[in-house]
Amino acid sequence: MKPRFKHLLGIEGLDRSDILTILDQARTFREVLDRPIPVVPALRGKTVVNLFFEASTRTATSFQLAASRLSAQCVNFSRTASSVSKGETLLDTARNIEAMRAEGIIIRHSMPGAPHFLARHVRAFVVNAGDGAHEHPTQALLDAFTLRDKLGDLKGRRILIVGDIAHSRVARSNVFCFTRLGAKVAVCGPPTLIPRYCEELGCEVFCRIDRVLYEVDVVNMLRVQQERIGVWCLPTLREYRELYGLTAERLKKLAPDVVVTHPGPVNWGVEMDFDVAEFPQALIMSQVTNGVAVRMAVLYLLAGGEQTP
Amino acid sequence: MMPEKSTVRKLLLAGGTVIDPAARTARRADVLLENGRIAAVGTGLRTGDAERIDCTGKHISPGFVDMHCHLREPGREDRETIATGALSALSGGFTRICPMPNTEPPVDTEAQVRFQIRRGEEAGWARIHPVGCCTKGRQGRELAEMGAMVAAGAVAFSDDGDPVADAMVMRRCLEYSKVFDVPVLSHCEVRELVEGCANEGWMSTRLGLKAGPDVAESAQAARDILLAEFTGARLHICHVSARATVDLIRRAKERGVSVTAETCPHYFTLTEAALADFDTNYRVNPPLRTEADRKAIVAGLADGTIDVIATDHAPHIKGEKESEWDNAPAGMIGFETAFSLGYEQLVQSKVMSLPDCIARLTLAPARILNLPVHLIEPGSEVDIVILDLKASWTYAPERVLSKSANSPFLGLTLRGRVTNAILGETVVSF
Repeated sequence: MKPRFKHLLGIEGLDRSDILTILDQARTFREVLDRPIPVVPALRGKTVVNLFFEASTRTATSFQLAASRLSAQCVNFSRTASSVSKGETLLDTARNIEAMRAEGIIIRHSMPGAPHFLARHVRAFVVNAGDGAHEHPTQALLDAFTLRDKLGDLKGRRILIVGDIAHSRVARSNVFCFTRLGAKVAVCGPPTLIPRYCEELGCEVFCRIDRVLYEVDVVNMLRVQQERIGVWCLPTLREYRELYGLTAERLKKLAPDVVVTHPGPVNWGVEMDFDVAEFPQALIMSQVTNGVAVRMAVLYLLAGGEQTP
Repeated sequence: MMPEKSTVRKLLLAGGTVIDPAARTARRADVLLENGRIAAVGTGLRTGDAERIDCTGKHISPGFVDMHCHLREPGREDRETIATGALSALSGGFTRICPMPNTEPPVDTEAQVRFQIRRGEEAGWARIHPVGCCTKGRQGRELAEMGAMVAAGAVAFSDDGDPVADAMVMRRCLEYSKVFDVPVLSHCEVRELVEGCANEGWMSTRLGLKAGPDVAESAQAARDILLAEFTGARLHICHVSARATVDLIRRAKERGVSVTAETCPHYFTLTEAALADFDTNYRVNPPLRTEADRKAIVAGLADGTIDVIATDHAPHIKGEKESEWDNAPAGMIGFETAFSLGYEQLVQSKVMSLPDCIARLTLAPARILNLPVHLIEPGSEVDIVILDLKASWTYAPERVLSKSANSPFLGLTLRGRVTNAILGETVVSF
């Protein structure tokens, strides 16, 4: 069954069955990754382009591996500030890629809506690998996959997302994705990093972590960036850790079956103490592995692959 | 004239009139204190072996809270220290005081908050509840570590001495303060509008003084009130001096905005007319304004628009104040005269009752700061001042307990004074 969407621009445009289609496909590919030769020929002869305007080795590598595991070619088109300042617009770039006949474009850009813009001007399928503070759909999908893998159906599960919600595309996509799967989502962060009308995204909002941390099944910690925040939203990273960090003290008080996730990269000693790396219920490494499988599923479905029964 | 200090485990305050600022009543009752707590309030009490203070003709009140003062330590201990300031405060009836953080260095870390509290404990007079800086170094740019300071005992945040000029920074300070449910105390002043430390009005025209208009205060107050409304944070406006500001606050409260306000005795007692001789003891920021402003402040206190009477006690040494007008620092001391001025200007002139006036000095500031209100009822912690309203006393220079003497009220005869302050089992007699 072909998916009913041509591009993956965000979770907001997907309904529950779309999400489950992708996750079920990802389950198949996850098993492929455990084989001695973790490759399938499904996308042989096809080419996808990593069009990254923001630096990212992790996500770009993950997509690159996903493409290779499907036997597709992946080409990296990194647009640095210098090529952009030479006057090459996004539209120019898109048309160039089109002329090179790529089947799919994976785009990461600092401006919200850049993938949507691209999708209007190319014939290739477009995957949003992160557009400003807007969405990061494959991250949300791999988080959902990881949690369902560990906990089963997410219906009724209480999930807490902690960090810089205002500037986080991961937070937005996660709130959309988890609520669509029936979970109860709460976010927590300093009021200076919670956007207005946050509840309308579909979550409860807390500004003191100790009021909600011990009432949830899943704790999803987000990276706090000094550079992105600027100097007005937080006094120091030290105070952030004290008020919102998953510190060793807080970790000790978590119920034994609570799971912890983080999209990476982790600022150890800020949003999480080093102790979390040893915590048995931390799923951070699984998220990375599952990320390849989920991205394989997305590329496969968008490239026109039939869903394997 | 150092006070006497003693420890008394069981004490009867006999024959006085007890003030309840919450119920707004004053009633004849004895008060029995035991082991630092109020054991009983009423008449015909069984007092056993209690010592006795005769309070006939006197009033017994909860200790006052000064939510805005300057103690100069660390950095300018020549002007005042925490110890001398705390003693001066206690003699004026203030058992709890909140020093502003514009010290040198400014109080923007938990270590400094702890330092100030400890110095207060060492001195053993009024208790210190520090106000921390809103921004690092009081520079008005980066948020200070409010969480750490609250954990150390800070009760509010302010960059007082200066406004938080950048609106984005003020917005973030207000938002961040919500985590700790503490008020942001705002010194409202649009600096760009102010050329000198006098009210821009008839006196500044006559005297040729550089000045600042009242709109410098009210425009900033408007901005801060709207930001408080937008963010849902708790704003408190410091040292209200202008009618326009009072009006803004009144309307904001009607709309349900979480804003409170304070004024100082000099703003309800004096006007710009006092500047006629260029006496720098009248040089304050915000400046003394017109009679219309003064009346509006009195009316604001009466109808509750202005919640609190605070002193803005601002000590400066003689060498600094004895100077040409424009070179003198702004500020006057105020702990020792605040109650008398309030009593004369507000109670004796029938603007409000005595319990109402005392509420502005006790209940209102305590509530704004989330400090316990120490009402005089059984079970309460002992935090009491005894007031002699009949007493006439002269504020002579030898009497001044503050290390500095920059007060325009020196030499005046005032009505109403504090005879004792009792904190826990410690009795101080003035």
